[in-house]
Amino acid sequence: MERDTEVKLARQLIAGEPEAFDRFVEHFRAKIFHYSWLMCGQREDAEEVAQETLLKVFESFAHLREPERVRPWVFRIAKNACLMKRRKSVFAPSQELSLDEFLPAMNHEGGHATIQIADWSRLPDRQMLQSEMKEVLARAIRELPENYRAVILLRDMEELSTLETAQILDLTEDVVKTRLHRARLAVRQELDEYLRTDSRVLPSRT
Amino acid sequence: MEFDERTEKCREVFSLLSEYLNLELPTGACQEIETHLAGCPPCIEFAESLRKTVELCRRYRPRELPEPLEKNARQQLLDAYQRMLGARKDPSQLNR
Ligand SMILES: [Zn+2]
Repeated sequence: MERDTEVKLARQLIAGEPEAFDRFVEHFRAKIFHYSWLMCGQREDAEEVAQETLLKVFESFAHLREPERVRPWVFRIAKNACLMKRRKSVFAPSQELSLDEFLPAMNHEGGHATIQIADWSRLPDRQMLQSEMKEVLARAIRELPENYRAVILLRDMEELSTLETAQILDLTEDVVKTRLHRARLAVRQELDEYLRTDSRVLPSRT
Repeated sequence: MEFDERTEKCREVFSLLSEYLNLELPTGACQEIETHLAGCPPCIEFAESLRKTVELCRRYRPRELPEPLEKNARQQLLDAYQRMLGARKDPSQLNR
């Protein structure tokens, strides 16, 4: 669902239109479930977070002054509900990723420099949705330290803006930008390794 | 050979690629990157792989869906929703 459809739905919900309730619940429940599943790692936790978030959303709907902001507003509530669930991992150190670990190796043979990465130009658009690729992507995201994972989920998967993401996570916009870049580089590296080793996906470079 | 041998410019481009792809850079910085990319095949190849990574993330739709919403859970949400609607119609409830 596009953001403007979502905004329309929020307006219908506020106006008390009968069909809006179930559509809103179905749409956001799946979204929150997905976010919390990738954040908490447990299906049961993710289901609970979705329910708790939606309950809070309805209880405080009167505070949603701008329906345009419904998506970031729901995710702000979801992020807090998700934090409450993470008691177990709360003491896990939040690891920092450095840029240098993602610099690709260079090859200077034959007079001109090349980088040692997979041949991404051979990755056709339709293959980008292939299910094995999806698994690799989901795993790469789950393996990110959580302060990076939250940023890439909100920015790239939920397509929230830098400012909205900063507000949801209580970060500055600069920190969001830095973390997003490193998260993308880490995910890129995982996909790259997969593309290089799996000859069924991409024939190796000649 | 290691990446250290790459020019400073390549490193700079590498560190700004996400902001470049997000169109978050000022015009000047953006043009500088484009000029560099035009003359540096390794950087353009890397930039393309990052662009595709972002594209993959955007298109990613999870296979895992939540279990169907149970009747009780739906009722709980519906009650909260209707209380909210009721409160809006009755201004005395709004400032509770
Ligand atoms: Zn370069």
